[in-house]
Amino acid sequence: MDSQHTSRRSFLALAAATPVAATALASCGSSGPGAAKAGEATVWYLSGAPQETIRQDAVDAFNEANPDGKLAVTLFQNDAYKTKIKTAIGANQAPTIIWTWGGGGLKTYADAGQVEDLTSWFAENPDIKDKLFATAFPAGSVGDKIYAMPCETVSPIVLFTNKAVFAQVGVEEPTTWEEILALVPKFNAAGIAPFSLGGQSRWTNMMWLEFMFDRVGGPEVFDAVFNGEADAWSNPASLQALTMIQDLVKANGFINGFQSITADSNADQALLYTGKAAMMLHGAWTYGSMKADGGDFVSKGDLGYMNFPSVAGGKGDPSNTVGNPSSYLAISSKATEEQKTIAKNYFKTGLLTDKENEAWIASGSVPIVNGIDSKLAASDDAEWLKFVYDTSANAANFAQSWDQALSPTAAEELLNNIEQLFGLGITPEQFATNMNAVIGK
Amino acid sequence: MGTVITPSRTGRSTGSLAWLVLPALVMFVGFGIIPLVGVVVLSFTNWDGIGAITPAGFANWASVLTDPGLPHALGVTFLVMFLSWAVQTPLSILLGVFIAGHQKYRAVLAVLYFLPLLLSSAAIAIAYKALLDPNFGLGAGLGLPFLSQNWLGRPALAMGVVIFIVSWQFIPFHSLIYQGGVRQIPKSMYEAAEIDGAGRVKQFFFMTLPQLKNTIITSSTLMIVGSLTFFDLIFVLTGGGPSDATRVLALDMYLRGFRGSLMGPASVIATILVLIGLALALLLQRLGGRGGASSQLEGA
Repeated sequence: MDSQHTSRRSFLALAAATPVAATALASCGSSGPGAAKAGEATVWYLSGAPQETIRQDAVDAFNEANPDGKLAVTLFQNDAYKTKIKTAIGANQAPTIIWTWGGGGLKTYADAGQVEDLTSWFAENPDIKDKLFATAFPAGSVGDKIYAMPCETVSPIVLFTNKAVFAQVGVEEPTTWEEILALVPKFNAAGIAPFSLGGQSRWTNMMWLEFMFDRVGGPEVFDAVFNGEADAWSNPASLQALTMIQDLVKANGFINGFQSITADSNADQALLYTGKAAMMLHGAWTYGSMKADGGDFVSKGDLGYMNFPSVAGGKGDPSNTVGNPSSYLAISSKATEEQKTIAKNYFKTGLLTDKENEAWIASGSVPIVNGIDSKLAASDDAEWLKFVYDTSANAANFAQSWDQALSPTAAEELLNNIEQLFGLGITPEQFATNMNAVIGK
Repeated sequence: MGTVITPSRTGRSTGSLAWLVLPALVMFVGFGIIPLVGVVVLSFTNWDGIGAITPAGFANWASVLTDPGLPHALGVTFLVMFLSWAVQTPLSILLGVFIAGHQKYRAVLAVLYFLPLLLSSAAIAIAYKALLDPNFGLGAGLGLPFLSQNWLGRPALAMGVVIFIVSWQFIPFHSLIYQGGVRQIPKSMYEAAEIDGAGRVKQFFFMTLPQLKNTIITSSTLMIVGSLTFFDLIFVLTGGGPSDATRVLALDMYLRGFRGSLMGPASVIATILVLIGLALALLLQRLGGRGGASSQLEGA
């Protein structure tokens, strides 16, 4: 491993061989966001309200309490961050603390020796490990080693509805896939899109696959893919789920022009709260922004939510859910000892403090802290929070988002194929063939 | 004309001035040639951008060259190249000729035309994306249903949108080049033409256009080679979508390399891009003819 590292670095050195290039690159690096002053560690977070403020506040509070070992924050937009962090780590310009979704991305960092093994640190600090949801740890681990500290909130994917629109059309909220299909023509006849979808972002479409695969064939179908079994995508349940999704597309189940809508602009949420769409499958994190941007939509109780409906004859437990079991913070192995100490101190004393938990709850999210359910009832959003907590805690299986669970290579191929599947450019069989080719890559 | 240059003086000045090339040469080697060699080397390796680099032989080349995605991306690239050239060239020439006049109002208009040139591609893409949003964009805002199309969601429409925005962004630049070209044409030629009874249209087709030959070659080279590397605008606007309808070669390279963590195949595509770019530039030079660098002005 070490000799290979050397070869990579000497290659990079070759690429920057001329003195001019080398100085220019070095000076770019030192002014870049990855660098830090002495006695300071860096952390990269995702931007976007309301999470951004809570992250910033947590760091500010930590810095106030630790004037000798401060953290400098840089915020990035979701989709931009995914490539930014990869490039930074590859160029040895990673921040001290790396915000990640865990899973396959974290595994590539760990395999390359770019992130610290935190197993022994958690063993020395059992109180921290016991404080957090046990379900949050698998996606932060590779094999039996823990490489990232679970943090922030649990975010299952939820089926949101606009109750006012349902009342206007005079229909009931669906509890099965068959009822969803029956609702589609009714909403279309009323000039309302059945489902909002930010299809240009692609992972938004993927959430549909995650639930359909689970409801039709159970979690085993995707587990086989994850474990690298040959031809796992050609499972009959997989083909059936893909066909059902294309049926929904063909029936105009998704808003006209969904391929032009991105999730980063929150336009998909706006379609729901403005009543242009009746339903939306989206992450629990959108509750906060719909509450903030949707006027009185959330406060007057028009927002409905439920776990994804069951499919008749399907094998999946209807209590299963998918999404992000938590967010994760890893420590760069390239950081100095001083920076690592600051980072670990932040993990120990700066994260999921009572104050931060209150802020998460106020934003409509459930922090991954055991026993937090007792604090949820006092919130304005008690009903919603209880729903999220129960959905997460009672799920027979909580699957991690596929694009995060898989390796970056397989995830990119998956998203490409999902986009074509939703555009009806490929058949379920072609989808399975294309995806079988990247299993285990 | 009046100065006499002795051979010895010429020889001395060229010799002593050769070092002036050095800064440009160092920059070109440092940021052009060396990374290029690096990319070619990388194309024969497997690298995920983070871990170790392992040699892969010709496996990447074989996989990319047999991937149906490559001819598709090539096709899209050449389509973008051709369409943006075909739309921009006539419009730029007309605008360039128009603003080459010396009236004051033309100067004001010229300043307005150049505004898009001042904006970054990413900003333009974000602005157009918001304007073209089928539900909250221009169509919905102005109540004009025909503007509320699935602009970025249908392959043909998305391609049209890309060409439109590229043209909107770069026509000002090429108009500027043509304006300069038109102003170089001696007035005396037009005066002569007027005496011979040639009207405005005839003057344009038989004098202005032929006189602009070299300008057209310059501008076309910039457009064609430039469109090979179109990336930022398309990346922000469509991300190569819908499906892969606007996935040009440069974007394909980026998505494979940085999204898919396949630096080897991405380097193969980068190498192919360089080869195509070189071939095109040489071809255009040839089209310009041997005298391409010489002036067409009278007496020169």
